[in-house]
Amino acid sequence: METPLTKNMRADKSPVALSDYMSTGGYAAVTKTIGKSSPAEVLQVVKDSNLRGRGGAGFPAGMKWSFVPMNEDDPGHKYLVANADEMEPGTFKDRLIMEQDPHQLIEGMILAAYTIQADVGYIFIRAEYHYAIRELKKAISACHDKGFLGKNILDSGYNLDIHVHVSAGRYICGEETALLNSLEGKRAHPRAKPPFPQVSGLWGRPTIVNNVESLACVSHIVNNGADWFKSLGIGEDSGTKLFGISGRVKKPGTWELPMGTPIRELVEVHAGGMQDGYKLRGFLPGGASTDFLTEAHLDLPMDYDVIMKAGSRMGTGQMIILDDKTCPVAMVENVVSFFARESCGFCTPCREGLPWVEKVLHAIEVGEGVPEDLQILERQGRFIGAVGNTHCALAPGAIEPLTSALKYFREDFEQHIRDKKCSYQ
Amino acid sequence: MPTIIVDGISYQVDANDNLLEALLGLGLDLPYFCWHPSMGSIGSCRQCAVIQYQDEDDQQGRLVMSCMTPVTEGAILSIDAEPAAEFRSAVIENLMINHPHDCPVCEEGGECHLQDMTVMAGHSMRHYKGLKTTHRNQYLGPLLNHEMNRCIACYRCVRYYQDYAGGTDLAVFGSRGRVYFGRHEDGVLQSEFAGNLVEVCPTGVFTDKPLSERYTRKWDLQSAPAVCTGCSMGCNISVAERYGELRRIHNRYNSEVNGYFLCDRGRFGGGFVNHEDRIRRCGVRNASGVYDPVSKQQMLEKVSALISAAGSKVVAIGSPRASLESNHLLGKLVGRENFYSGLSGREQSIINAIYAIQQTGGARIPTLREVEAADAVLILGEDVTNTSARLALSLRQTVRNRSKEMANQIQIPLWHDAAVRKLAQDEKSPLVLVTASEDRLEDVSCLTHRAGPDDTARIGYAIANIIDNRYSRPADLTDNEQTLAASIASILKNAEKPLIISGSGSLNLAVVEAAANVAWALKGENKDSGLIYCVPECNSLGVTMLHDGNSNNLDDLLSGSDDIDVAIVLENDLYRRAGSTAINSWLGKVKNLVVIDQLDNPTASVATLVLPAASFAETEGTLVNYEGRAQRSFAAFLPQGDIQGSWQWLLDIADQVGTQKFGSIRQFDQVTEDIAAQNAALSGVTKAAPDASYRSGAGQKIARMTHRASGRTAMVADVTMYEPQQPVDNTSALAFTMEGANLIKPGEVPSSLTPYIWSPGWNSNQAIIKFQAETGGALTDSDPGVRLIATASPVADLHTRHTTIPAITRHQGGSLQLVPGYHLFGSEELSAYSKAIAELTPRGYFAVHPDVAGQLGVADHDGLETQINGANVQLEVVVSESVARQCVVYSYGIDATGELVHEKRGTFKKAESWESSRPSNLIMSDR
Ligand SMILES: Cc1cc2nc3c(=O)[nH]c(=O)nc-3n(C[C@H](O)[C@H](O)[C@H](O)COP(=O)(O)O)c2cc1C
Ligand code: SF4
Ligand code: SF4
Ligand code: SF4
Ligand code: FES
Repeated sequence: METPLTKNMRADKSPVALSDYMSTGGYAAVTKTIGKSSPAEVLQVVKDSNLRGRGGAGFPAGMKWSFVPMNEDDPGHKYLVANADEMEPGTFKDRLIMEQDPHQLIEGMILAAYTIQADVGYIFIRAEYHYAIRELKKAISACHDKGFLGKNILDSGYNLDIHVHVSAGRYICGEETALLNSLEGKRAHPRAKPPFPQVSGLWGRPTIVNNVESLACVSHIVNNGADWFKSLGIGEDSGTKLFGISGRVKKPGTWELPMGTPIRELVEVHAGGMQDGYKLRGFLPGGASTDFLTEAHLDLPMDYDVIMKAGSRMGTGQMIILDDKTCPVAMVENVVSFFARESCGFCTPCREGLPWVEKVLHAIEVGEGVPEDLQILERQGRFIGAVGNTHCALAPGAIEPLTSALKYFREDFEQHIRDKKCSYQ
Repeated sequence: MPTIIVDGISYQVDANDNLLEALLGLGLDLPYFCWHPSMGSIGSCRQCAVIQYQDEDDQQGRLVMSCMTPVTEGAILSIDAEPAAEFRSAVIENLMINHPHDCPVCEEGGECHLQDMTVMAGHSMRHYKGLKTTHRNQYLGPLLNHEMNRCIACYRCVRYYQDYAGGTDLAVFGSRGRVYFGRHEDGVLQSEFAGNLVEVCPTGVFTDKPLSERYTRKWDLQSAPAVCTGCSMGCNISVAERYGELRRIHNRYNSEVNGYFLCDRGRFGGGFVNHEDRIRRCGVRNASGVYDPVSKQQMLEKVSALISAAGSKVVAIGSPRASLESNHLLGKLVGRENFYSGLSGREQSIINAIYAIQQTGGARIPTLREVEAADAVLILGEDVTNTSARLALSLRQTVRNRSKEMANQIQIPLWHDAAVRKLAQDEKSPLVLVTASEDRLEDVSCLTHRAGPDDTARIGYAIANIIDNRYSRPADLTDNEQTLAASIASILKNAEKPLIISGSGSLNLAVVEAAANVAWALKGENKDSGLIYCVPECNSLGVTMLHDGNSNNLDDLLSGSDDIDVAIVLENDLYRRAGSTAINSWLGKVKNLVVIDQLDNPTASVATLVLPAASFAETEGTLVNYEGRAQRSFAAFLPQGDIQGSWQWLLDIADQVGTQKFGSIRQFDQVTEDIAAQNAALSGVTKAAPDASYRSGAGQKIARMTHRASGRTAMVADVTMYEPQQPVDNTSALAFTMEGANLIKPGEVPSSLTPYIWSPGWNSNQAIIKFQAETGGALTDSDPGVRLIATASPVADLHTRHTTIPAITRHQGGSLQLVPGYHLFGSEELSAYSKAIAELTPRGYFAVHPDVAGQLGVADHDGLETQINGANVQLEVVVSESVARQCVVYSYGIDATGELVHEKRGTFKKAESWESSRPSNLIMSDR
């Protein structure tokens, strides 16, 4: 099994330096591409590879890039932004790449920026990632010394600078348009689309925002070709993916596995199964902002459309497991209170609706719930949850664990209300 | 025009609209908060949701925010569909979670958009049981209250304040359910347009502070359509009264003039009407200088006796802040040859020149709406924000035309406000400023040049000459001037609709003439150039037009040597327009000074006879604004005491005198008709508004009170059980009562007669939507006012007209050029009496450049003195980098600056015994 994303990573987790990175074929893709292939050729490979965004929505990267206007007469800037905000609860995959093999991201960014002819790149990174920030800065400076970044890269006439921008620390800053506002020094409110960032993004200029993991795939695609990348997946989707699991499993962690790996294999093989004395009750397949799935879904492959059909989303591919000794009401309350706190405050359903839901859940959890509360939760779930009801996707994501919990674990909610206490304590 | 189907009915709508605008424009009801017709959409409140169906077979549809969805041909929509209605109700329910349920003590109550939308959206049952979020309120200065608990976080206030009005000190703080709208700390709001928050905020967060002192609900107010007297822009206002006091001024929509917004002088400057210095009785000065009250009849007899005495020499001084009607009757009473306009010679010559320029037809005079369509602006020597504030607010929109162009290029609809702003970032259409001192528009200007008035005129002349070399060129143009003029000329030539703005502000004729040359030269290049002159007062242009631009002025009178038996002064404090020495020596020749005015000002205090005049809130009058638009203003209430309109005093005096000069004129409307008959230029004034005979469709007069003014009948119940008879209004088509036409339907009553705006279910000013032909556009019954100056085809040979170019300003034996500096709060006579405005008025000052301060040996807070025409004027020193060298800028209209307005230059020295008298209220924006 090939593991292009993690193949260089070391057991002691020390970062791969530029020389080591190059010794295993690093920057070969940049060397053979910049000034040698046309942007359109790179775009075609990425399109053919069917690389889907690893940030959560699974949007095809090549298609996203193709919306950038390639108008040679327009002298203004274009931007490429690596989204390294990674604040989704239960998600710790981009961190792995940036801390242990940062050049993979830089190389992917150079190729992506070249494809859209961006001259400035930003890595928008979560403030808590001190270690990654340091390694990325080192990597960038090493690239400047080697001529992979800066003016006239590899004598091609192509210029690119990459800056590391440390986020001020809000979950919403990971939403790509809120990210752009934040990068401009403005309030981190999402923007309404259209216009899409590809046309009017950072400072009103064409901009691409991609997840760190998506960008890290690019050099491997350029090196090995679209068919190779497609063949890595064992299901419908292409490539490998950093899947992860947290919760009461024996070995929580993150592993690079083919797209389409069955959930059961993830849980039982890679995570070593549930801890002794615990049973799996359900799981959020792609981070805290996805709907619960249950045991019945364990044999599904982790593919975007499959998980979607099952009623959830693959999201970041980083699962959170609910066991039989943890109260689902408390878990949902915890999740909702995170999202209520992280709401940007721009639109009504999210700003006002989530705190209300949080309060109702808290009342139920501490034994003060009343039967009507379930109707309120259901109504609020519809109000907040439908796509289009809110200005951005934070709110629907925030409420998905609740609406699915009401479907799968309703008896727990009813028990709390009936017995006026939580039976898990 | 695309067709859309809404709940089964087809409509034609504008392709450039979003669905919300389109639906509201069709007269349909749909609740909204964050969208504003002047500010576009951002999609934050989610209140305006409707269902959009893909095609006829689509049963389910998709919920969309109508304000964020463009009109598309064939769109199938439903407002009534259950999911949409349920969602809209849920939005209100969620907004209400933290909202106080105490409408009865909220000052927005009764004209609250949130109340209206709550009822419209149908939410009535509360399910939330938790505690409410609460906030601390802030002190925001004397104009606005702040009650943050009432906030529904629609983001309108910050969008208006920052994005629309260019303010920097009101923002949104925090995030999630705890967003806070206010200042970073307590303090006076710095924007000149902050007061509009009262109407922009859909809830009771920002409310009118002077109103709260003597609070009245909208439904208990008695209102009238009036015109602001604060400056020459002629903004339309709705002025409101209760218990004989002016309570508040609200915006009255006029799509060509003020649109939705006023400036804070206009909104809060009416306080003088209630001022303790108001003259309320007729008075005769006795030997010891005290005024003895006399009855109205006694006064009329006294005045009449003075005027009728055999061989009596009677003169009259009119006023640019009095109505056409009052000025006209005054001239009629004493005869044209004895009428003096009341403007100083300097001012009058400038305004005459402006009027003459306007009559050439050489360039368009844009309305404020048209200002917003210009693609390049040059301002020569006028501090627009402080002299003609509403124009500055329009200019802040004008500079956004570049961003609209950019948006059009990539098909971003212009109503998509956030997207347009993000796309354009700091890109702006060019606005060039040539001013003598700091200007509030500098933040949106692409080029600011500091120059005294003469040098400003030279730049203007040079620009015109570069555009078309038939226009005179300054002989000794310096290299710097040449370069600057060339770059400004090229900016203007690159535009299609360049706009030149100047005015009487710098009291310099050459500036005015140079501005015309630029506009004309551009016109010659086939540009659709516009030319705006700001004039000082609400009727400066009107009094000038009254005598075709050649009436006598105040200086003609003061410099005469004749002894005068009676001088009648109409609404005019002479000490603001001439030096005290000149006035006092003239007064020595005047046997009887008769003053008709509102306030006990310095002129009234030396009068022999004082007649109390009604203010703009208490009487009718026609005013002519900067663009030559005649607008009628109506009384909101009848004043108590002997107060009556100046025109009425003059009719009564004429009656008493028994003169034949007035013919059969007995009524206000007849005065207006006489003006139209006597002056070709003013022949349109009768069309400014319907006359007193107008009746609504149902044959009724128009009620000044709302149909809910239930309190009227109980107003004096504590004193007497008999309800006094309401005063009868014979002067206009309005009535002092709630009986009559008050459930006004769109188009039913002429807009110029609409006292306040209300529509069923729409109690706030946002009801104006129901009175617009299309959302945010002209009123169904065209906008009020009639334009008197036609843009005729230009007279030939314009380039030969203005050739008197001033020499470059140099130090002349230590004398400095005197330049008036204006303040929105304080420079205008009447508004300065309003308590809230007085609190914001800076101390009088002489501002100088640091170099000049060094030469004079003065620093901030020292005093400077100058001897002028026999008077010694001392004011505090303000040292500022942004004052042109060679100039001293003085606080026009504030403290003893009337002494200075005549002089172009002065010699200054440090005032050794200077002690600063008042605490400084100078707000940051003034520095
Ligand atoms: C509330 C919210 C938070 C998000 N946070 C992140 C994040 O931390 N990192 C990320 O890559 N994408 C995040 N996304 C998704 C981004 O908006 C965007 O879709 C993604 O960066 C695009 O990259 P991709 O196409 O490579 O997946 C977030 C989305 C939402 C709605
Ligand atoms: S759903 Fe609305 S309030 Fe919530 S984060 Fe997105 S834009 Fe902000
Ligand atoms: S203060 Fe008023 S305008 Fe501002 S957000 Fe709150 S409700 Fe809206
Ligand atoms: S701009 Fe002039 S007319 Fe308009 S509100 Fe202000 S002072 Fe009044
Ligand atoms: S009015 Fe449409 S979302 Fe606020």
